[in-house]
Amino acid sequence: MSFSPLILILLAMCAFGYWYGTKKALVLSESRTVRVFSSRPHQYGMYVVVWGAVPPVILLVLWFVLSITPFGASETFTNLIHTILFPVAILLTGVIGVYFSLRSIDPELRVRKTLEGVVSGVLILASTISVFTTIGIVFSLLFETVQFFEKVPLSEFFLGLEWSPQTALRADQVGSSGAFGAIPLFAGTMLITLIAMIVAVPLGLMSAIYMTEYAGNKFRATVKPILEILAGIPTVVYGFFAALTVGVFFRDVGSVIGLDVVSESALAAGVVMGMMIIPFISSLSDDIIMAVPQSLRDGSYGLGATRSETVVKVILPAALPGIVGAILLAVSRAIGETMIVVMAAGFAANLTANPLEAVTTVTVQIVGLLVGDQEFDSAKTLAAFALAMVLFIITLILNVIALVVVRKYREKYD
Amino acid sequence: MQMLAEVDTPVENEEKAIISARDVSVFYGDKQALNKVSLEIPVNKITSLIGPSGCGKSTFLRCLNRMNDTVEGCRVEGKILLDGADIYDAKVDEVLLRARVGMVFQKPNPFPKSIYDNVAYGPRIHGLAHNKDELDDIVLTSLEKAGLLKEVRDRLNSTGTGLSGGQQQRLCIARALAVQPDIILMDEPCSALDPIATAKVEELIEELRENYTIIIVTHSMQQAARISQKTAFFHLGEIVEVGDTEQLFTSPKDERTQGYITGRFG
Repeated sequence: MSFSPLILILLAMCAFGYWYGTKKALVLSESRTVRVFSSRPHQYGMYVVVWGAVPPVILLVLWFVLSITPFGASETFTNLIHTILFPVAILLTGVIGVYFSLRSIDPELRVRKTLEGVVSGVLILASTISVFTTIGIVFSLLFETVQFFEKVPLSEFFLGLEWSPQTALRADQVGSSGAFGAIPLFAGTMLITLIAMIVAVPLGLMSAIYMTEYAGNKFRATVKPILEILAGIPTVVYGFFAALTVGVFFRDVGSVIGLDVVSESALAAGVVMGMMIIPFISSLSDDIIMAVPQSLRDGSYGLGATRSETVVKVILPAALPGIVGAILLAVSRAIGETMIVVMAAGFAANLTANPLEAVTTVTVQIVGLLVGDQEFDSAKTLAAFALAMVLFIITLILNVIALVVVRKYREKYD
Repeated sequence: MQMLAEVDTPVENEEKAIISARDVSVFYGDKQALNKVSLEIPVNKITSLIGPSGCGKSTFLRCLNRMNDTVEGCRVEGKILLDGADIYDAKVDEVLLRARVGMVFQKPNPFPKSIYDNVAYGPRIHGLAHNKDELDDIVLTSLEKAGLLKEVRDRLNSTGTGLSGGQQQRLCIARALAVQPDIILMDEPCSALDPIATAKVEELIEELRENYTIIIVTHSMQQAARISQKTAFFHLGEIVEVGDTEQLFTSPKDERTQGYITGRFG
């Protein structure tokens, strides 16, 4: 027996339970003697539905899990389980649930509390799903990463200076044996992130200061949403902009002033990534600066300080921990950013600190390794998981530090 | 800044006024908060402004050092003469004005810096000290004048926000004194303090009278009666009655004043 007819039967049972339970409760409530009936009729209906639906659904999930994970029982036994045991058990629990909950309806039954429990259960489930997803992602990375490090030693990956993941597909093929030194990738990531931060931090911070301390309400109300539109542009569009406009522009400017700039320079990718992060930093800093109490500004103005003196000497020091947190969050965004660098940065793993040359990043290489036909046991493919794992750990640490810093700061003024 | 202009002596046989407000009206957007208020502030005396909440006394106080400039949509009409020169004149630098007319706020608002840096803040931005010794001197003298030095002498480098409420308020007074103002505005400086801290701050305010002109907004009529020499009663954005504190509290001329000080409304 398959799932769908079972589900239909369960639905029908629940509908009947709801209708009959409500009806029974209505009859009861008309003949009530107390002023307040503990629950409304439709809540009795829902109560029956809960008893009729929740236990069978739990069994259904169990059945589903069992049917995709083979276990070492004989075939006839497995067949028996799937064709008879589970369908019967599910229907039976449904019927029993509906029957007994219908029978138990009476004015003394505190149905509202039970329903409240169900609501809180559903909410808990919803909020823990993302936690479990995170854990699932970590594990899916973990196993492949372990496999990768069985083929390539840790020391080569973390200390090697050469990255060329192409390996021979067949034994008779002429091909490089592959080199998996990840340092050039992380160096490239850091270089582009650094350029992005050099662009984004001053611009974002200054625009936040202008918005909070200088701009009038009208200006603020108009310009702030426009600034935030920047945050809504898909990163692939930034990618075009970086590859086709900014990269070419830098190359042309370079050739005019006699500098050799490649069109997929780290500079172009970094600058455009910085543009993307400006609204992120400015809106976070905006909130943080707004949280500095007005009384501190009054105190400073009252002593004859100008606006800029007040900003530099009172507001920024007070907001500094929060701003540091915002910058750390922005760094982790930049490190994980993929689309801009895939389109605007190069694929060649150069170990260089020169922003005018092409560099590649961790995310670009992950994309490169997993696009196209792959065999999932070669070091080349598995390298992507190892890179992703390291990236995940770095951004996780940055986020945790940032959140701790931001939270600590919030407590100070509450 | 036009501070040295001729002092225009107002009415005969009244004491010398350092500030005279003439027909001052204040608007917040469309809402009028003050209506043609005129008041003379005598030099080296304590003037208290009393009245029910929302009567405009704090607004008036904030006009005297142009703190209302920082409020968006606020408009001031009329004249406020400080030593005869209008402080709302376009040529007046409000930053210098605020250095001369200091302010202490309702809620103690020390900066989240050390006690020393709190007091040194004003002298530093105005360049009042030429070297570290002079700055030390200003800081210690100001703390001494604010009666706080004994309590904090050995922890000048600990943070100002760690002091008790009353100490914080005296720190804010020291901070204002460090800029060497002539006039100190106080906006309900004791309303966030307990009675003991209030008594200390009041004592301090009375001592400061020798060298400073003080204008204090207060909700406590006992406080006004205890420390001030001149009192103005505000009601609905206007001054109802102004006079010597003793006379105003013992024989008020207006029945609204009478009603307020005897607690019938407000």
